[in-house]
Amino acid sequence: MTDAAGAVAAAGAEAYPRIVAALIRVTGDWTLAEDCAQEALAAALERWPRDGVPGNPGGWLMTTARNRAVDVLRRAAVERRKLRELALLTDPEPAPPEGDVVDDRLRLIFTCCHPALALPDRVALTLRTIAGVPTADIARAFLVSESAMTRRLTRAKTRIAAAGVPYRVPTGSALVERLPGVLAVLYLLFTRGYDADGEPAFAAEAIRLARLLHELLPQEPEAAGLLALFLLHHSRRAARRDPAGDLLTLDEQDRSRWDRVGIVEGVALLDRAGHGPYALQARVAACHATARTAADTDWPAIAGWYDHLVRLGPTPVVRLNRAVAHGYAYGPAAGLALLAEARAGGVLDNYPPALAAEAELTARHGDRDRAAALFRAAADAVRSEPEQRALLRRAADVSR
Amino acid sequence: MKYMMLVCTDTEPDMDPSAAPDIEQWVAERDANGQRVTGSRFAPPSAATTVRVRDGELLLTDGPFAETKEVIVGFDLLECADLDEAVEVARAHPMAYAGRIELRPLVD
Repeated sequence: MTDAAGAVAAAGAEAYPRIVAALIRVTGDWTLAEDCAQEALAAALERWPRDGVPGNPGGWLMTTARNRAVDVLRRAAVERRKLRELALLTDPEPAPPEGDVVDDRLRLIFTCCHPALALPDRVALTLRTIAGVPTADIARAFLVSESAMTRRLTRAKTRIAAAGVPYRVPTGSALVERLPGVLAVLYLLFTRGYDADGEPAFAAEAIRLARLLHELLPQEPEAAGLLALFLLHHSRRAARRDPAGDLLTLDEQDRSRWDRVGIVEGVALLDRAGHGPYALQARVAACHATARTAADTDWPAIAGWYDHLVRLGPTPVVRLNRAVAHGYAYGPAAGLALLAEARAGGVLDNYPPALAAEAELTARHGDRDRAAALFRAAADAVRSEPEQRALLRRAADVSR
Repeated sequence: MKYMMLVCTDTEPDMDPSAAPDIEQWVAERDANGQRVTGSRFAPPSAATTVRVRDGELLLTDGPFAETKEVIVGFDLLECADLDEAVEVARAHPMAYAGRIELRPLVD
């Protein structure tokens, strides 16, 4: 009977956001939409093992969820118009006579990521409503209790209705203005799943959502760039840690364990990704992902992409990474000069990656004592124990 | 939906007030397309009177109820389809540059 359970999981992953989004559009009731979608999944888990998997699993789930919603609304005696519209909901919906129909899921993404909501609320709402992640899991990732997260989600949904946040995909210049905000929410979701102590499952959810966004907005280069960036980073997931769970640097990783399929897909996406900030980061990631060994890395190309990135937004971290890339491409002296520029004003003081980068460049420049001292300073500044161990190891290496 | 648009001063106005749109044109356009139901500028806070009744006694205070540097200098009542439309109206107002604007949906 695990086949049926697998079919529910697969159909649910595909159909859940579609069902929730369609029910919200017709009923305007977020909680009702989520409850009915969840109940349809529960019903499938009960019935499919017994009756067999239906020919159109997504359609079965949509019909079941829709019928639940009709029941609830009928009991609540809601206007006839909503019920009539509900009765017409099918999955997939019949093609409209003219093109230009907006996918309900896209409406849902733009509403969950509306700038009138606080950023943490956008992330939580996206996870709950579109990805269907249980509230308890989101609460854990946000380091709050489940009841606090439930309250936050409820407040956000109430605010959508009370403030008049539209359930609509913006068009024209408004789309251009709003898309970066949507991409930022997905990026935050991904980094939460990718960081040393993040929730790994969220990285996969972020990829699913980025894939959906790219499918729905195929002409938007940054949507392609973001998906490429995620895929290329995620391709290293099996090689990023040693058996003790400590993070490994790129040159320490076993490249045979990188996910080739993800790399090929990510690199192929770059054709459509343009040169926005996400696309440029993806191009850097692609240079690493396609190098057979660490020594084969095309550092001049990476340095060039960072030059682009600095022109788009000279943030301290981008300037730091640019200095490192130039150090590998054109020698440690070039890197140290750019690093000194990036650190002017003191914004990177005590930022461990800046100390570690200066230590590496100094070591390669030949000043071993100073490099060892810098590695130890970086080790003092980091909070994570595994990183601290790795930095102290480097300090010992260079002073040998 | 109806939105009450509260037009406020701010302690940190936009550095380049010449970029702000013209108020006469803003009013004329929103009156013409029906987005602005009504609105007005307020007399200065020194003309305000705060009214309270406590234990059946009428208490009057001169000045606004909150002493702050930022004051409400006017209002416009908007009729918009949703928050996005109201934000578009508000962002085109000169005081979005020189001050700030609070959008408060009306209940019903």
